[in-house]
Amino acid sequence: MMEDRGPTAEGRGPITLVSVAHLTHEFPARRSLFGAQHAAKVAVNDVSFDIARGETLALVGESGSGKTTTGRAILRLIEPTSGRVTFDGTDVLALEREPLRRLRRRMQIVFQDPHTSLDPRMRVGRTVREGIEAHQLAEGAEADARVARALEEVGLRASDATKLPHEFSGGQRQRIAIARALAVEPEFIVLDEAVSALDVIVQAEVLALLVKLQRDRGLTYLFIAHNLAVVEQIATRVAVMYFGRIVELADAKTLYASPQHGYTQALLSAVPVPDPRVRKQRLKWNTTGS
Amino acid sequence: MKLAAAVLLIFTLVAFAAPAIAPYDPRATPQSETQKNLAPTASHPFGTDQFSRDVLSRVIYGARVSLGVATLAVLLALTLGAAVGSLAGYAGGWTDSICMRLVDAMLSVPRVLLLLVLVATTGPLTVPGIILLLGLTGWATTSRLIRAEVRQLKERDFVLASRATGTPEWRVFVTHVLPGIIPQILVSATIALATVIPLEAGLSFLGLGVQPPTASWGNIISDAAERPGDAWWVVLFPGLAIVCTVLAVNTIGERLRIQFDARSAARTARRDPIS
Repeated sequence: MMEDRGPTAEGRGPITLVSVAHLTHEFPARRSLFGAQHAAKVAVNDVSFDIARGETLALVGESGSGKTTTGRAILRLIEPTSGRVTFDGTDVLALEREPLRRLRRRMQIVFQDPHTSLDPRMRVGRTVREGIEAHQLAEGAEADARVARALEEVGLRASDATKLPHEFSGGQRQRIAIARALAVEPEFIVLDEAVSALDVIVQAEVLALLVKLQRDRGLTYLFIAHNLAVVEQIATRVAVMYFGRIVELADAKTLYASPQHGYTQALLSAVPVPDPRVRKQRLKWNTTGS
Repeated sequence: MKLAAAVLLIFTLVAFAAPAIAPYDPRATPQSETQKNLAPTASHPFGTDQFSRDVLSRVIYGARVSLGVATLAVLLALTLGAAVGSLAGYAGGWTDSICMRLVDAMLSVPRVLLLLVLVATTGPLTVPGIILLLGLTGWATTSRLIRAEVRQLKERDFVLASRATGTPEWRVFVTHVLPGIIPQILVSATIALATVIPLEAGLSFLGLGVQPPTASWGNIISDAAERPGDAWWVVLFPGLAIVCTVLAVNTIGERLRIQFDARSAARTARRDPIS
């Protein structure tokens, strides 16, 4: 266990909520039975970025680029190999178990696949209630009321609390997962491909819900996605990851208008564009890209 | 399956109701020479043994001892196995290594041999002693199965999600992992039971288990072991009881296993199209 060094200011502006510096995560080398050596896989390589309070930073890249690992390392659901993560001035990676557990009330996550992220044996109400109880935010009838409020806030009914996850569609399940995250009243949510598993129409609905929640509650998002088209609707800034590194980080508007890195251009050209003139333009960028 | 369940149910009822059902006192040894080694008749359906005791009554009381010893030993073994397996699987790292090396060591010695050596050092055991011995030597296989299940479960998204909400680790385990290993525990229970019943019978047959005059299925057989040809009924009926019980337990275990496998296969199938 690392020692608790307590909150550190680091001289960053007061508006920075999450700060990631030189984050690196290697999956350890493994030697197979017959001696073949598999090299350590560097999933995240020297990644740094800040997220300001109230903004949405999108982390975009193809599968295997290290986006999910980055998101999980920030919440310490995995232990990164090296680097520094600060949440509202607190050094997250230095926290002991109990302070970390308490800090988790303020930072939440919504996973990609709502079929696996909800316990199939547990009623929805209990799932949402878990965080409320863990942080002793309410008890008894008041906790029930909080669960009901969280469910209603994501567009479900309070009576849904008594149902099991399999009684819901994919989109509804993802709303349950969002309700679970909201129930502890966090400031920061990692949305780990939170809409990627949903079909286009449901995706748009859930995105709209996320935007509304952010506006109502002043939430800060790290929005992880592999699709730049989805990101455009929600992101303030966009970081593009490629093989564990951030290759481009820019304001969303700037990035979409003039992507600098060849990989960003390639990603953008993969976005379906309804206007043929724009599409031609983008393909040209792609071929002239570095 | 229904037959197997019925067989087990009947044996269990017989065990509980032994005093009410048994036609004679299983330990009563009428001195009359004419009562010795009688072949099955209407008054002694399973015959009598060399001490003139009624074999039916002894088999009925034997069910009590044999099934009771087996059940309690399995409960002990399962508790230990589930605890060790959960600890190793959930904690991982060096805790896991130590637990599993211990299991390897236990499994490297055949259980029968281990039991014989242990009984040889302790001498004849009381019934609680036998339960303890069978329980303490039977948890290793279970712990391995449970560990594998726990390792798989703890990587599931909903476990991660629960931890991410800030739920304390012990509660994550109790609410999300423990319910998931219950099917595995039930399957393990049938395997352990089907192993322990013949083991106890074997030990008792060798005179190392349940001591006469208390009847257990194993030691009833040993009463006629010297001349099985002369009094086949003393060997056959307790033998049938053992075989029927083990077959029934195995059938039920197999059925449970298939059912749980089908369920987890369905779960995997549902997950696939998305990831």
